[in-house]
Amino acid sequence: MIGIIDYGVGNIGSILNMLKKVGHKAEIVNKHSDFATFRKLILPGVGAFDYGAQKLNESGLWDILNHEVIENKKPILGICLGMQLMTKGSEEGKLKGLGWFEAETVKFNSLSLPKEYKIPHMGWNNILIKKPSSILSAHQQETPRFYFVHSYHVISNEPTEVLFTANYGYDFVSGLEKNNIVGVQFHPEKSHKFGMDLLKHFAENFYSEQ
Amino acid sequence: MRRIRLIPVLLFQNQGLVKTVKFKNPNYIGDAINSVKIFNDKEVDELIFLDIEATQKKKAPDMSLIKQIGSECFMPLAYGGGITKLDQVKQILESGVEKIVLNTTAFENPNLINQIATQFGSQSIIVSIDVNKNIFGKKTVFVESGKTNTKMTPTEFAIKVCEHGAGEIMINSIERDGTFSGYDIELIKSITEKVSIPVVACGGAQSMNDYISAINIGGASAVAAGSMFVYRGGNVKSILINYPSQKILDTELYAKIIRN
Repeated sequence: MIGIIDYGVGNIGSILNMLKKVGHKAEIVNKHSDFATFRKLILPGVGAFDYGAQKLNESGLWDILNHEVIENKKPILGICLGMQLMTKGSEEGKLKGLGWFEAETVKFNSLSLPKEYKIPHMGWNNILIKKPSSILSAHQQETPRFYFVHSYHVISNEPTEVLFTANYGYDFVSGLEKNNIVGVQFHPEKSHKFGMDLLKHFAENFYSEQ
Repeated sequence: MRRIRLIPVLLFQNQGLVKTVKFKNPNYIGDAINSVKIFNDKEVDELIFLDIEATQKKKAPDMSLIKQIGSECFMPLAYGGGITKLDQVKQILESGVEKIVLNTTAFENPNLINQIATQFGSQSIIVSIDVNKNIFGKKTVFVESGKTNTKMTPTEFAIKVCEHGAGEIMINSIERDGTFSGYDIELIKSITEKVSIPVVACGGAQSMNDYISAINIGGASAVAAGSMFVYRGGNVKSILINYPSQKILDTELYAKIIRN
């Protein structure tokens, strides 16, 4: 069973729909849930960084997540704001992130973007795979593309953690992976077969050897 | 290479999908759920689904329909029609829908845009602006499925909804709807020059070249169409759900976008 973390931020319905489509059971989890019944977790999220960090604190999930992910090594996938919350902090707010990655979240540098590149970056984009990972099929028939909606992106201070990049006016990090923790900037739950491939691999292959 | 979103717009009326001409003469296209499934299988970039009679009939959004559509869409989905309240927006966004589309309500109660933006983020709000011109050629914004003239100019209205927190604008030309006469590029340009949020062009698309003009000349960030995706080769007697393949999009659309 996969647990989708409900802290009042993000489109959980779509994630449940797609996991069901690829044949995996998922349930919404909150602080009252028995985390032992969930073998993997998904941290979704859309919206402002501080709002998300605050909600994660208020919902009582912050400490539970640190315990499950850092001490119990439970595999977790962060999506969009969910990944940004795994960094140390964001230019968007004042609150601290979970700090699981050696990374920070910054606003798209509009001065470096041609004027047709509006913020938010909204739409489909190809990704570049920077290291082998069990989160995607090893052999991709075509370049994977995913749906993005974001005004902030991650910068990594630890190149070995960078999993994917994408280009929107300039290259930016669109995926991070370290041991049992993986995060993606895009929305796999809204990315057709590419998203299905990713969620299926997360459910079946990601960090399953342990 | 910059990917441009190419978005089918589906119109719902009388329990089925229809396609209009100049917002009139709805032609029955097919079953809604089934059509959405086909569009999903064709891996469309995004889908906009509009219940075009909800507001006129003062009906609330049909949640059971929206849930069914949401569960068939593994791409971004926008829903519009009959939305007047914040709690409706919450229910819709929880059903697997990414964005809601406001038209009449954006005019009558623009503060709802602020409320939605605060709670769910601007990225979840498309304001659809329907424009028609009078016999002197003056363009104004219409609401209630094109029936009521607000007397506001398109740019006035666009700037206003941006200030209220809209995340995207879909600009639609009523006189070109369903006519295959090309987008109103001048209208699109007048909006993109005034707002910084993404603008989606709609109304009149006839060919790939129209998409390219809307982007390269009009400054649109995405392009939408109805007839293009439900009729075979521009023939309104031949209904066929269609969408260009990735290969065709690569060579005939993305490759022709300036500054890619």
